Amino acid sequence: MKSFTRTIGSFWNSSIGKKILVALTGIALLLFLPAHLAGNLLVFAGPDALNEYGVWLHELGHGTAIWFARLGLLSAFIIHLILTVQLTAANRAARTDYAYPSTVQASRSSRSMMWSGLTILAFIIYHLLHFTLRVGNDYDGESYQTTLPGHQEKVHNVYKMMIDGFSWTPASIFYLIAVTLLCSHLSHGFASVFQTLGVRSSKTSALSGKLGWAYAIIIWLGFVSIPIAIWIFGYGS
Amino acid sequence: MNLTLKVWRQENRKASGRMETYHAKDIPQEASFLEMLDIVNERIISDGGDPIHFDHDCREGICGMCSLTINGIPHGPKRATTTCQLHMRHFQDGETIWIEPFHAKAFPVLKDLIVDRTAFDRVIEAGGFISVRAGSAVDANAIPIPKQDADLAFEAAACIGCGACVAACKNASAMLFVSAKASHLNHLPQGEPEKTRRVLSMVARMDSEGFGNCTNQYECVAVCPKSIPADNIAKLNRDYALATMKEALL
Ligand code: FES
Repeated sequence: MKSFTRTIGSFWNSSIGKKILVALTGIALLLFLPAHLAGNLLVFAGPDALNEYGVWLHELGHGTAIWFARLGLLSAFIIHLILTVQLTAANRAARTDYAYPSTVQASRSSRSMMWSGLTILAFIIYHLLHFTLRVGNDYDGESYQTTLPGHQEKVHNVYKMMIDGFSWTPASIFYLIAVTLLCSHLSHGFASVFQTLGVRSSKTSALSGKLGWAYAIIIWLGFVSIPIAIWIFGYGS
Repeated sequence: MNLTLKVWRQENRKASGRMETYHAKDIPQEASFLEMLDIVNERIISDGGDPIHFDHDCREGICGMCSLTINGIPHGPKRATTTCQLHMRHFQDGETIWIEPFHAKAFPVLKDLIVDRTAFDRVIEAGGFISVRAGSAVDANAIPIPKQDADLAFEAAACIGCGACVAACKNASAMLFVSAKASHLNHLPQGEPEKTRRVLSMVARMDSEGFGNCTNQYECVAVCPKSIPADNIAKLNRDYALATMKEALL
């Protein structure tokens, strides 16, 4: 009988243990996306709705909730990333290449998880610098403060930040590429969660595959609708 | 029929291999794939050359000894069929056929198309068994087993351990083999007492043998000559999580 810590150590070092952790952190990220999307879609309800939501998010739990969410998401993201990089490196090391390679049924999404994942990583770094840390822009400045009914003090104008952010073509193009690869990543990731956590069977495999695509497409449509409206159709300008 | 063969030739474990071209003329359509290679080898031998080495034994699709990755697919293009049961009528006259070993780092090539699959034996030694007292055999059906469990165990037990799953996997993962061997016993009451230890040590052995990690692409299932389903992999994942909890907490 091994000690508690040694058992957990072997779990962390094992291929199945790592994959289970990838699946669990993946679930956290899968749950975050619809919440983030729902918030963003408030842009279509007008400036006050989106700004009100921004204030609510920052004040929830006297300002603590957002930090718990950020820390939780960041750790899930980092664990997901480190483990998948480790697993992929091991997979490359285990494979000897064929002179005549062939694929029978592995999906394109499943074969490009590392590339879609790294593009999403690059996008998230850009996104956090842009909107959360507000580097290289004046989103913290006076011009991004606005009034909001029911609030004495001025609040941050999330709405204007979003409209201005998407008015810059390169950013919108990068966003569209990242969200499209995210959709591909999710389609494989969503279905994989069931298999890795051991709750998929022949009876449910078709269903989990379809649910994966449905989820991925809904997320894609939602996120893509915003820049299309702003950048192509000039919404909010 | 006349064929062009591109065959992996490799002197020994240490040598580096290369693809070589052979012209296989007048091959009868009714020949099996291995018989086609026999004909080619007879001609190589009578010309004083070194025949193409390949593994085979029963030639009935039951022993798991034959291998070969044919046009990139382990056991060739026909689903649920071992190479020894594959016939030349499934190929076109004039076709070029690429024949390579069951490539994976954990399956080093010994010579030509023969690879060392003893890593599988070591996984079995780690836990793919049940411990029973020697002596007179227990009465059959002394332990009642639900039909559904018996069927699932039997389905997993159909694995012939050929290694096609590893050869096909983009990550050279052995999950289909290991999960089939583990669930075969884990589904049955006879396998229950050693279940936790079995799952933990078979997986540890699998990892240390240098197989890759499953990324749920199911190439293994597509090429498996016995159509072992991926449900076994899900079950192994589940059993591994439960075994870890049991080992860590109880
Ligand atoms: S030689 Fe026995 S299964 Fe093919």
